[in-house]
Amino acid sequence: MPWLSTLMGVSVLGALGVTLVRNDKLAKQFTLVVSLIVLALTVAMAVQFSPNGDKFQFAETYDWIPAFGVHYGVAVDGIALVLILLSVILVPIVVLASWHDAEAGKRSVRTYFSLLLVLEAMMIGVFAATDVFLFYVFFEAMLIPMYFMIGSYGGAQRSYAAVKFLLYSLFGGLLMLVAVIALYSIAGKGTFMFSDLVGTIQDVTTQKWLFLGFFIAFAIKAPLWPFHTWLPDAAAQAPAGAAVLLVGVLDKVGTYGMLRFCLELFPDAAKFFTPLVITLSVIGIVYGAIVAIGQTDMKRLIAYTSVSHFGFIAMGVFAMTTSAGSGATLYMVNHGFSTGALFLIAGFLIYRRGSHFIADYGGVQKVAPILAGTFLVAGLSSLSLPGLSTFVSEFMVLTGTYQRYVVPAVIATVGVILAAIYILWMYQRTMNGPTAESVKSLPDLNAREKWVVAPLVALLLVFGLYPKPLLDVINPAVKDTLSSVSVTDPKPAVPVAQEGQ
Amino acid sequence: MEPAEIIQHSGGAIGAAWLMIALPLVGAAVLLLGGRRTDKFGHLLGVLMAVASFVVAALSFAQLLGFAPGERRRGIELYDFIPGLAKVGLLVDPLSISFCLLITFVGSLIHIYSIGYMAHDPNRRRFFAYLNLFVAAMLLLVLADNYVALFVGWEGVGLASYLLIGFWQHKPSAATAAKKAFIVNRVGDFGLLIGIFTIFATFHTLAFNDVLANASKASSGTLTAIGLLLLVGACGKSAQLPLQSWLLDAMEGPTPVSALIHAATMVTAGVYLIVRSGPIFQGAETAQLVVTIVGVATLLAGAIIGTAKDDIKKALAGSTMSQIGYMVLAAGIGPAGYAFAIAHLITHGFFKADMFLGAGSVMHAMNDEVDMRKYGALRKVMPLTFVTFLIGYLAIIGFPLLSGYFTKDGIIETAMEHNAVLGWLAVLGAGITGFYMSRLVFMTFFGTKRWEPTAHPHESPAVMTWPLIILSVGAIGLGAFLVLGNRFMTFLSPAVGAPEEMPSFHPFSLTGLVTLALVAVGAAFAWVKYGRAEVPAVAPRGSFLTAFARRDLYGDALNEALFMRPGQWLTRLAVFFDNRGVDGLVNGLAAGIGGTSGRLRRVQTGFVRSYALSIFLGAAILAGAWLVVGNL
Repeated sequence: MPWLSTLMGVSVLGALGVTLVRNDKLAKQFTLVVSLIVLALTVAMAVQFSPNGDKFQFAETYDWIPAFGVHYGVAVDGIALVLILLSVILVPIVVLASWHDAEAGKRSVRTYFSLLLVLEAMMIGVFAATDVFLFYVFFEAMLIPMYFMIGSYGGAQRSYAAVKFLLYSLFGGLLMLVAVIALYSIAGKGTFMFSDLVGTIQDVTTQKWLFLGFFIAFAIKAPLWPFHTWLPDAAAQAPAGAAVLLVGVLDKVGTYGMLRFCLELFPDAAKFFTPLVITLSVIGIVYGAIVAIGQTDMKRLIAYTSVSHFGFIAMGVFAMTTSAGSGATLYMVNHGFSTGALFLIAGFLIYRRGSHFIADYGGVQKVAPILAGTFLVAGLSSLSLPGLSTFVSEFMVLTGTYQRYVVPAVIATVGVILAAIYILWMYQRTMNGPTAESVKSLPDLNAREKWVVAPLVALLLVFGLYPKPLLDVINPAVKDTLSSVSVTDPKPAVPVAQEGQ
Repeated sequence: MEPAEIIQHSGGAIGAAWLMIALPLVGAAVLLLGGRRTDKFGHLLGVLMAVASFVVAALSFAQLLGFAPGERRRGIELYDFIPGLAKVGLLVDPLSISFCLLITFVGSLIHIYSIGYMAHDPNRRRFFAYLNLFVAAMLLLVLADNYVALFVGWEGVGLASYLLIGFWQHKPSAATAAKKAFIVNRVGDFGLLIGIFTIFATFHTLAFNDVLANASKASSGTLTAIGLLLLVGACGKSAQLPLQSWLLDAMEGPTPVSALIHAATMVTAGVYLIVRSGPIFQGAETAQLVVTIVGVATLLAGAIIGTAKDDIKKALAGSTMSQIGYMVLAAGIGPAGYAFAIAHLITHGFFKADMFLGAGSVMHAMNDEVDMRKYGALRKVMPLTFVTFLIGYLAIIGFPLLSGYFTKDGIIETAMEHNAVLGWLAVLGAGITGFYMSRLVFMTFFGTKRWEPTAHPHESPAVMTWPLIILSVGAIGLGAFLVLGNRFMTFLSPAVGAPEEMPSFHPFSLTGLVTLALVAVGAAFAWVKYGRAEVPAVAPRGSFLTAFARRDLYGDALNEALFMRPGQWLTRLAVFFDNRGVDGLVNGLAAGIGGTSGRLRRVQTGFVRSYALSIFLGAAILAGAWLVVGNL
């Protein structure tokens, strides 16, 4: 069965279907059903994935533009699979969370939900693409629905934020396009298929130039310091649901691209640029956290915490150890859930009070204990509290990085302290203390909102205590990637014979 | 003697040791998820889970005693937590079971006490949920068989501590204290985490069994680094210098919390970590030396702080710091000190919990007043509280034959043999303890009534006094039971090793006599100042030294000057830089490319057109690139 095409097909058909529905409420329900069907199909696909089987599974390849060797090629390895799972889990949650978010928009409610489903198809496509050109197409096309979601349904400064987002992304995309075409012609294989291109570029100087073309695009997308300044604006202006998909999934395309394309296509260049990337990552970790501490706007604060977290992910990718690489991949998934929860719950709070500003709140815990409690859980996940899923990934990234790069790992660990400051201080200012007059009548989470938050909190807890199902899929894929870059893990100073490990 | 091998185990109570953690965890989950529906029975469920956990611990202990001493380290496999990094299992051995018994027994008593203490709090159910959560996390901390699972418990107790210090979160001071505790602990955890990374980089495993048995093969430089990093973690959790400042503020939490978490159990986790990681420290003399110095410095600092506090809980908190300093000192000495460190930890768990709960009983009677200058003469109206408190007091100052006499004296004697300077400083600390604890007792229970007009003190209900009575029994006899005949050292040695030569107990050693004399002097001085003389209602200004002690030896001022203010400036600078610098540069570039910023603004108003334009531009560049590359 062509699983991946089916997933995308259902989403696209759903998107078309939504536009035909005349009634807004029906359109929302229809979108929710479609996204749940996609989720169910993805789960059905995922259980058939064999972690130790072929690297790429569920492969489909058709010629698209035969003249240039462009294919419609899709397949997944463990890394792509978990990211697709992340995307399709988040979409129904976002649909439910955005129930009323589009009502004040410039365009119709139906358009918003239709855009969501289009975006879903593209998110699946971008992770599944095995043709580098197809990947590029998805990479750029994803901008369109997101651009409209921010520009037409966002906050007061939505146009500024949307255009900034677009210009940054286009700039990166163009660099990548040049690199993609150059890769095609220098390789001279007459094909854009990823697997045919791996290992074709031997010349290190060429590798370096092409690496940069891809890397800058991904560094803007992720975003890494100093390419991050579009993110706080975009995330703060986007409706909460769009912000979740933007930061939770779209930005992961950047770090995914680094792992998949930068490392495997240009291994020598990747090693050459590793010190630079690790430096940028570590700066991002500390810098993002410090700037987050100083924010007065909740959504911007959460966006800056993500800048810090993307630093961890990129560092894990380029540390090139099994633990760091798997940790970085797991981090991409976990961060989607934890930041998703933070954005959505902050969104519920902002929807009630009508202000982004932390100073406009205080003592919410007293009037809305469930909202406050779940916000705290999401926050604790963001500060990597053990028992919640982000801890596992952060621990793996740091342990793995430390094996090879002691000083960067130590500096990055400072982020652990800073995270406690930005989360707990925000929590204290909004939820603790005497209840502010303006929030005294805020209602607690309603049933719909509880349904939004409950699956996220459950995922944070389950994968925090039992990450094995994800890691069993991720580990072989990461090992495979690292072996194609031909790096091996550093040996321990004191080898210990262990049973069964 | 080296620690014994770990034997894989299943079956019996030990095989079900995970229940100790699971039961209170389920309690916490039910109470948190169940919400108001569980208000009616929440406290009872909480108590039940704590007691059930104690029963499992006691049965495990009984089963463990059935094995030969060399076979008392039992490993239980649970599951593969992080594939490739760590499997999770439990390690039931004399060290961990000692902690389990302490945590679940004292924990259960404090749960019971809290039924009365929190009776009028509308959120009592939530309080019990957090207490259960704490017990589960603390048991995971001590039962874990590897450093990752230990860390999960380690931060888990930190979370419980955060939630409970800030339990009355509508009070800004409580919320701030909770946050401070978490952040300072995170500084410690920063060290602990890097220590764990170093362990993994060195051994490629994090299981105690594999790491500790092979520790001697690592270089002493590596072991020193690991030891010092673990010590940083221990300092955070156990409020040792220089990470002590959070503990005094933590007294914002309800008093049962102070008794359970911030006196009897959680704050001793640092001592556990050092003793558990013994083979690492024994290969790193420098690290051991630093451990002992930290211990002595903190035992003095805590005692000095204790002398100047008028807030009964803060005085007791200073005392806790100080007593843990004794334990850390002993733990730094090595196998000769381990048994005394843990024995003192256990007796301290009893007598300090006893006194904290006693203080809670007093506060309960005095409308939550904590200022001892407004107490006085309470022995007459609260006889049970007074007698049990008095026993705890005598135990902590080392009154002959009570618990503290045996365990603290053991530490002082061992320290004296190890290093005379450390030993005499520990003796000095005991003298100061005699002073500040006597001051506390005299100000609270003796002298004249200095009560607020609204205060009508009365004895607390039985649900609160019974725990006091039981704890004071431990404060009387536990020390002699553990120390005489080296009973505890013998029991513990399969887990932590033992010194070449077992110590023998001398009731009339020189050190012991000097210690007693100093304690007596301290107590007499306190009597002169606070027992016989009238206690002024407002604290006198006092000398420079008093001010020094009152302000916690300027710990907060130092933190503020060194970290907080520069941090605030750095944050402001970074935000400014990010808005003007990085973003400004990029916007400027964009404006430059676009011609003028005015034109850029116009671009931003026509969404679709500008997008079409961008695509057009993109296509043009694409075509250009295609031509260039195609001609290469």
